Amino acid sequence: MMNEITLNSHNKSLIRKKIFWNIFLIVLLLVGIILSSKIIDINSSNLLNGIPRLGDYVSQILPTLEPNNLFLGSKDQGSIAYWYFNLPKYIKLLFETFNMALFATMVGSTLGLFFSFLAAKNISPNSLIFFTIRRILEFFRGVPEIIFAILFVWILGIGPLAGIIAMTIHTTGSLGKLFSEVHENSDNKPIEALKASGGNWISEMRFGLLPQVIPNLISYALLRFEINIRASTILGFVGAGGIGQELYLVINFNYYEEVSAIILLIILTVISIDLFSGYLRKYIIGVEND
Amino acid sequence: MTNQELVKFNPKIFYPLWKRSPIKIIIFLIIFSYLIFSVKYFNISITDLINGLNKMKPILLSMITWNDFLSWNFNSIFVGILQTLAMAFLGTVAASVISIPLGLLASRQVLKINFLRFIIRRFLDFIRGIDILIWALIFVRAFGLGPISGVLAIFIADTGTISKLYSEAADNSDNKQIEGLISSGSTKLSTIRYGLMPQVMPIFISQSLYFFESNSRSAVILGIVGAGGIGLQLSERMKAQYWDQAFFIIIIILIMVALIDRLSRFLREKIING
Repeated sequence: MMNEITLNSHNKSLIRKKIFWNIFLIVLLLVGIILSSKIIDINSSNLLNGIPRLGDYVSQILPTLEPNNLFLGSKDQGSIAYWYFNLPKYIKLLFETFNMALFATMVGSTLGLFFSFLAAKNISPNSLIFFTIRRILEFFRGVPEIIFAILFVWILGIGPLAGIIAMTIHTTGSLGKLFSEVHENSDNKPIEALKASGGNWISEMRFGLLPQVIPNLISYALLRFEINIRASTILGFVGAGGIGQELYLVINFNYYEEVSAIILLIILTVISIDLFSGYLRKYIIGVEND
Repeated sequence: MTNQELVKFNPKIFYPLWKRSPIKIIIFLIIFSYLIFSVKYFNISITDLINGLNKMKPILLSMITWNDFLSWNFNSIFVGILQTLAMAFLGTVAASVISIPLGLLASRQVLKINFLRFIIRRFLDFIRGIDILIWALIFVRAFGLGPISGVLAIFIADTGTISKLYSEAADNSDNKQIEGLISSGSTKLSTIRYGLMPQVMPIFISQSLYFFESNSRSAVILGIVGAGGIGLQLSERMKAQYWDQAFFIIIIILIMVALIDRLSRFLREKIING
């Protein structure tokens, strides 16, 4: 009898708590929506007027393909070749985009690796260095790369170098942090064994730490490469090289069909690199687990 | 262990590196030659970089010398921050709402027809393949400059990602409760409502909170293409070379993002722990 009463009251208090939380969250959500709509000044007419314009725009950028002329040359309207008449240029730009991302990932992950030793609690030489490096890395990854890109376009001029440096900085910031967390989760025993048998700091890191962490580091670097591929397609919007520059141009000059051609190419590139890198990541981690 | 024993244990141990593992050397050579190729390809020269550094010095200096601090237009900065947050919030809420049906339909727990699911999944892949900034450019074309284009860009880009995460959460849900409901004769809809939703709802909410967090970062850059928010203020000041004000805005953005992180972590823990 007693137990039942306590059980009931406990149950009731749980239900009350849950209802309270649900109401609290719903109210929070509603207040947020109302406030945000006020701030942004959404009026429905504006939104409704935009939708047909969006439809127009999409139908304009889609290519007019005619089934009969699909495989004719680039001079005939309605063929794929006509749609992609600028393909050699796109390929060149995509190659540049790809190289920007790869190069920035390589340099950034090397720098990140260097900083990660100083930013890992268990191996950092002293707490002051640890603290400063962590804050620097936070700044590096906190500022969006396109902001860095604007800065470096101003300093170095229009071109892929500005984009590479922007991506390198961002990559250093995020990989430095991720790598240092991997180091912190590593097993301390091999390092201690090396220390006990008289190894110096470099050999402790090289033979005690790196063999444990390297598959994870490579996997993170590959993930970062995927992110950088996406980033490098848009850095061109501010003049930092790659295919984004061309996309910005064709959108602003209303070369309608070229817009869809470039966007489709970007999607294909991004998806195929994601697939490839995902496969590679599984392979690298799988090899280590065997 | 003596050296002989070591050799017996691993016959290649005292070989030079190129004999012990030639593959490492090959990989190293490939990477090295790629780096040299890239330096050539991008025309990276030391003198350019040094010139750049020299140019950077006055910019960095002017970033930290705030002479006319009191005369800055704080109002526009404040409005920009509020707009950015509002864009991120509305975009995330709208994307989350539409992602519930889309995500459930993309999950094999709900939709048993493989072909339809395949189409929905590829559609989501397609949306995710286009970067948020490209969406913003397209929406600016249709809806004009302003935060509405930003909200829509966040909405579309996030629908692709959030739906995918939702569908994965539904895929990983426990089958027993669903089977229990089916065996007691419930309809398809009530199976989803009482068997699946209670399991996945906390995950959905915490994913959405996580996306609000990440959107408050990405909403910052949408202003660069004219889609409203603090990014507009920032890029205008950078173009006009008000580096001191730009740096101030960057600091404000970093503080904002850190605060949002805190808030969302707090809420997520509350929701997951009940």
